[in-house]
Amino acid sequence: MIAIIIGIFAGTFASALMRGMMEQRVENVINTELSHIQFHHPDFLKLKEPEKYMENLPEKIAVIDSAQGVEAHSERIIISSMVSSAETGSGVQLSGINPTKEKKVTNLHEQIIAGDYFEAGKVKRIVIGKKLAEKLKVKVKSKVVLTFQALDDTLVYEGFKVAGIFETVNSTYDETHAFVRYDELAKALEMPQSTCHEIAVLMEDNKAVDSTKINFAKAFPSLDVQSWTDLSPEMRVLTKSMELMTYIFIGIILLALLFSIINTMLMVVLERTKEIGMLMSVGMNKLRVFTMILLESVYLSGFAGIIGVVIGYGTAKFTSVSGIDLTGLYGEGLRNYGYDPVIFPDIDFPMVINITLMVLLTGVVASLVPARKALKLNPAEAVRTDM
Amino acid sequence: MAIIDLKNVKKIYNDSEVPVNAVNGVNLAFEKGEFAAIVGPSGSGKTTLLNMLGGLDSVTEGHITVDGTLVNNLKGSKLINFRLMNIGFVFQAYNLIPVLTARENVEFIMELQGKPAKERALRAHELLSAVGLAERANNRPNKLSGGQQQRVAVARALAPKPKFILADEPTANLDSKSTENLLEIMERLNKEEKITFIFSTHDARVVKKAHRVITVEDGKVIKDETKKQSE
Repeated sequence: MIAIIIGIFAGTFASALMRGMMEQRVENVINTELSHIQFHHPDFLKLKEPEKYMENLPEKIAVIDSAQGVEAHSERIIISSMVSSAETGSGVQLSGINPTKEKKVTNLHEQIIAGDYFEAGKVKRIVIGKKLAEKLKVKVKSKVVLTFQALDDTLVYEGFKVAGIFETVNSTYDETHAFVRYDELAKALEMPQSTCHEIAVLMEDNKAVDSTKINFAKAFPSLDVQSWTDLSPEMRVLTKSMELMTYIFIGIILLALLFSIINTMLMVVLERTKEIGMLMSVGMNKLRVFTMILLESVYLSGFAGIIGVVIGYGTAKFTSVSGIDLTGLYGEGLRNYGYDPVIFPDIDFPMVINITLMVLLTGVVASLVPARKALKLNPAEAVRTDM
Repeated sequence: MAIIDLKNVKKIYNDSEVPVNAVNGVNLAFEKGEFAAIVGPSGSGKTTLLNMLGGLDSVTEGHITVDGTLVNNLKGSKLINFRLMNIGFVFQAYNLIPVLTARENVEFIMELQGKPAKERALRAHELLSAVGLAERANNRPNKLSGGQQQRVAVARALAPKPKFILADEPTANLDSKSTENLLEIMERLNKEEKITFIFSTHDARVVKKAHRVITVEDGKVIKDETKKQSE
């Protein structure tokens, strides 16, 4: 019974842990990297060329502002650039942003670990990720040189001072992304007025993303309008398969549980051969004998299973507030894959009900073999069995 | 008229290479209210005979009739139900359910019969009083001595108001005092309830008490002796 309790507890808690990890990953992707909906020139994502920009920004922003459920939006210039320090260089995706607007769309400003996020008044400042800073061996106030191609194909060299260093849960993102002010980058690139490469839109509710995206696509047929699931198909697969994976995981545990209960119940039948023989001798019919074994198996699995689920649910709920910090164990590995090393397990009531029902069903299935064995006993021989 | 009638009953076991004639052409009849013992050495066929009487083992040849019903013809649930309504069993090792109290052990057969709770409780109390265990009604078997457990088993066998009781070596695990006590109780119940008791036994004390002694050897009845009862 203790084995069943531990098994079900582990299954429930591990499922909540997996679910929490996935939810956090999706949340991070939306809040730090992609937001809910993005607009681009139709060829921009494919070619990543600076001249593939969108024009007439005020007209587009007016439509976005008038749409229902839009919480905020931010316009960005996005180019590929080399960033060099005195020590070395690295390729990055350089984003020109309006810090005030960007703060409303992404939470990068909350993840600054050194310096600041474009404090007012200071010019030619760059915000980079921790991993990039380590690679370039720079710190706050260090000078770096950005090299990129302007719209007229000339190479531009611009010096920037490191204003702030951020650290997200995705170390790859930290190594490959850097941010400067929109105006400064637009000027260096010689971008025309009221243009940008990307408009990121944050919705009030994730559920409204698909319908709003369709409306935007109708309003701007010449633009590429994509939701976060279009931009990150692996996230879509991850989200959709998350539930299935959870149940497959629980299913594997229940399969082990099934054999454990069968084994226990076979031992019960063996130990109680004499008693079952007596019951059959005195006139207990086969249906009652079968029901007796079935109920015992269901009680065993149900009782132990429910205790396991309750402990798993309680532990998941408790740790969903405090979080489980795996930084010391697998922090770097998790960050490399974009997962937060501080995991907040996530469990909901339907999941608990489903696991409980699956456990009870396992109890029913597990009773079939021992029940069959009990029914095959010869009562005359069984009552004389010496155990 | 005989309540139990055996006509040329044979039982052949074909499990081993050589078929074993465990019971070989037995003819017997038992009247209502008999107190009979089947005796014989080990392997003589007395347990097989008892099992066939109780419908626990099939008959290879011949007929067993109980109160006009041909037991050989009963199969599956009909046979199980026949046992439930007509036969009481007392086993050598008592075979009480360890998790139930003495009262519950007596009651559960009546529950299988579908008797109402009030009737079950009344009958259980009546029978436990009859075997002298009314005050131990709420004790589980592990709190009772072997003799007391067997008395509960007798009460359990009587609970469904059977037509007869089959007792397979009921005193084999009991000391002299408990055996004496049990036999007195069974004899009294036999007289009071007019229920037929049939024992298979090696025990000379049971043989001494029995009103009829049937001796079996090599699957055959070699002696059937009815004692004269003093009033």
